[in-house]
Amino acid sequence: MFKCLLVVGALALAPLSAAQAQSHPQASAPAAQPSDPQIAHIAYTAGQLDIEAADQALAKSTNAEVRAFAETMKRDHAAVNEQAMALVKKLNVTPEANATSTALTEAAARERERLSGLSGMAFDKAYIDNEVAFHRTVNEALRGTLIPGARNAELKALLERGLALFQEHQAHAEQLARHVR
Amino acid sequence: MSVDQGKGERSRRDVLASAAILTLAAAWPARAAGRRHVVVIDKMAFGAPPSDVKVGDTITWTNRDIVRHTATERSGAFDLDLPPGASASAVMSRAGVVPYYCRYHPVMRGEISVGV
Repeated sequence: MFKCLLVVGALALAPLSAAQAQSHPQASAPAAQPSDPQIAHIAYTAGQLDIEAADQALAKSTNAEVRAFAETMKRDHAAVNEQAMALVKKLNVTPEANATSTALTEAAARERERLSGLSGMAFDKAYIDNEVAFHRTVNEALRGTLIPGARNAELKALLERGLALFQEHQAHAEQLARHVR
Repeated sequence: MSVDQGKGERSRRDVLASAAILTLAAAWPARAAGRRHVVVIDKMAFGAPPSDVKVGDTITWTNRDIVRHTATERSGAFDLDLPPGASASAVMSRAGVVPYYCRYHPVMRGEISVGV
């Protein structure tokens, strides 16, 4: 189990570094940071993936605490993504797919596949453990890359608001992980 | 007999006197309290607790976050639903420390000190 989490974390983090190095291979501008359209895509994708994970939990889990957590993830990430969509529309920006958002999507698909084979307490534990790992990964990316890299002030502010929210989600998931075992 | 009656009168006087004191005591907080205080919720945190809150005062929570919150008292005295941008209020009905949290985000906690 722990090995699985490490793999998920590594998979999600490694492409972040890769994306930093490769986001503008031909551009003469500094290639270290993803662009705002790429940052918007990463943040939006992370939110959608967590909503999909919550849908899976709501379809499979009967644990009241786990279901309440999943409902909160759906409600909160939908609210943030709604704001993100309104912002990119206002700024007339098209979110741009990139190596990081693709890697996040692929890692989440693998995790969803793995969780689909579990049930009962084994599923609950795997879902919550993955929520801890996923939020930790996304929060590290927000703190280390996405927020410092965002050029538009409104995008930066929304990412900061997102970070405060996802840090609470991570702490909530860590709290649940101690109950659900 | 007369002693008993005297006792009875004294008791009645005592009762009346106590009732008068109770009435005054009940009226007193109604005058001194009944004030309104605001706690702002922003960036996943309850704002600083208002000071000098008394029994009978009203606390209003205002949610400036983009996600839904609640202000839920631990023992069930109040449970306020706070969609984004909304405000909701509760009257502080007893003295002491009132601990509350957000049901959706249990890491978010606050408390209010209520005096008599």
